[in-house]
Amino acid sequence: MTAEAREAPPGRRRFARQRLIGRAITYLVASLLALFILVPIYLITISALTPRELAFDYPRQLVPREISFDTIAFFINASGVQPAFWRSVAVGVITLVLALSIGAPAGYALARYAFRGRDGFRILVLSTRAFPIVILAIPLAVTYLRIGLDDTILGVALMHTALALPFTVLITSSVFASVPRELEEAAQTLGCHPFQAFLKVSLPLALPGLAAAAIFTWVISWNDVFAAVILTLLNPTLPAKVLTALTQSPIYYQFAAGFVMLLPSMIVIFFIRRYLLGLWGRVVK
Amino acid sequence: MADIRLERVTKLFKQVRAVDDVELTIADGEFMVLLGPSGCGKTTLLRSIAGLEQLDTGRIFIGDRDVTDLPPRSRRIAMVFQSYAVFPHMTVFENIAFGLRMQKIAGAEVKRRVEGAAELLHIGELLQRYPAQTSGGQRQRIAVARAIAMEPQVLLMDEPLSNLDALLRLEMRAELKRLLGEIGSTTIYVTHDQVEALSMGDRIAVMRSGKLVQVGDPLTIYDAPVDRFVGAFIGNPPMNFLPARIEARDGGLVAALDGAGEVPLGPRTEALAGRDGQELLLGIRAENIEIDVEPRPGGPRGRVLVVEPLGSHNLVTLRIGDEQLKATTRPDATLTRDQEVGVVIDPARIRWLDAERGLAIDAAEAGPGAGQGAPRPEEHEDAAPQAS
Repeated sequence: MTAEAREAPPGRRRFARQRLIGRAITYLVASLLALFILVPIYLITISALTPRELAFDYPRQLVPREISFDTIAFFINASGVQPAFWRSVAVGVITLVLALSIGAPAGYALARYAFRGRDGFRILVLSTRAFPIVILAIPLAVTYLRIGLDDTILGVALMHTALALPFTVLITSSVFASVPRELEEAAQTLGCHPFQAFLKVSLPLALPGLAAAAIFTWVISWNDVFAAVILTLLNPTLPAKVLTALTQSPIYYQFAAGFVMLLPSMIVIFFIRRYLLGLWGRVVK
Repeated sequence: MADIRLERVTKLFKQVRAVDDVELTIADGEFMVLLGPSGCGKTTLLRSIAGLEQLDTGRIFIGDRDVTDLPPRSRRIAMVFQSYAVFPHMTVFENIAFGLRMQKIAGAEVKRRVEGAAELLHIGELLQRYPAQTSGGQRQRIAVARAIAMEPQVLLMDEPLSNLDALLRLEMRAELKRLLGEIGSTTIYVTHDQVEALSMGDRIAVMRSGKLVQVGDPLTIYDAPVDRFVGAFIGNPPMNFLPARIEARDGGLVAALDGAGEVPLGPRTEALAGRDGQELLLGIRAENIEIDVEPRPGGPRGRVLVVEPLGSHNLVTLRIGDEQLKATTRPDATLTRDQEVGVVIDPARIRWLDAERGLAIDAAEAGPGAGQGAPRPEEHEDAAPQAS
């Protein structure tokens, strides 16, 4: 403690100590949360990268002695994995496009216009997520079979769009709400049609947030197992493929599969994150 | 350049009449201030003129065009928003050029006009920066430059100075007045700050609860408020109001204050004809009251409650009868708390109001005639907290 701090009145000293404790607790909780996520990811990663014969070593090596891509290579080259990977990517992209093109206008309307039943609508949108997919699954599968959408990329993408849409609507609505309405009005007084004002002012300012919403949508689709398992048979997405084909596989293939599934999400979020924070800083507020 | 005519303009929000039957004509090149407390409808009226709000009834004319049903982009107006609404994703240059680019003006002309506007507002060196790299005061200048670069027929300003700190506001006030005088466009300026209104406007339109209460030049509004609300809202300190009864005395008139003596009014005047025995409100500005350390017999007297030295003058709060009165004295006057003093009220500066409704009794003829030659509100008012 410095002399200055020692001479501070007791009230202020107590306040400083409380703040220190508060900060320590914040960091502790944040660290625990981070560990909760990171430890499994780390374990999966090193298991996927160690040679097969070391996978059952005990005690586990926390720092791998030897890096090997054999397991991953084997997994990637296993039959059906690569097509499933590309199907997953395609489903994700279609979901993203559909969910954003339906959800973003809805989000904009929620953010900008005070219409009758707006709050009710907001809750209704979210409540669709409270409806268990299990109950929906059989009727949906039957309907898909009847109209020939079963086992197709589009079919899964439509289901994923339905799953992701509530989040897309709510996230984009908060994104648009963070762009001051006066900016659009200013553009209108300067000669813009309302839609031009949206394109030239609100859209560029909302872009980072919209990108986040898009990524989130894509990740929801990428991670979904349940709908994909029910709606596909011969053309599974990657999670569906992993779930159905690898349950009987040795554990090191499962680690490899887990790692391959983790990687795209991690990379995408890593790059988007920089874009999100770096573009216009905090001016938008 | 154009004049603006508002005909029976009304705007409702649900059941609330935000703007209520407003009739107003603003001359070509005039600087009109819309003044009122928050929630009085002044911003709604401005936004209606901009086309950002749809009227419920009434019509708006700019020049000879009826713009009532035109969108903002077709009204040939430019607006400065309270929050400045500077586009954060464009450089200062592109911000100022935005409206010109929308008009598809050629590049060289855009450059000339942007640089001209930036020059007028002394932000020429900021053109390549982003708004995030500028200060609040500079953003305010960017917003004004963006508006005047449009060379609009009408310039609308919504509390443009209210987000600046006191010193900057004082500086910008004078600069805006100079600038708008130079470009000579018809301007409507919304503010809740009566000092801004008095110091900048050619005319002031005072609003309350959606209605226009009084329209006139600053001196008239200051000296001859049409009612108690305007008198109390304009000026710092607000106008004093004392209940008084008119009585005839020795061929002249006096105003008898409740248990605090009588104010001699001199010979009977037309305005007070037939008011004998009536209870009226005597309105008087602080600077038109003199404090006499040796009270005259029979004259009004009061007791000093507080003396606030403000540098250029002292503000003295007195208790007179059951009322409080604020008067200004010279800074070297020595008054102490609880001191008994005489109060000398200049009869020529009295504003008589109806005691029940608070309306000036010559409100029908309220014009520049009353209180001629009264001093303008002095600069010291800036030192006092702003009315809000």
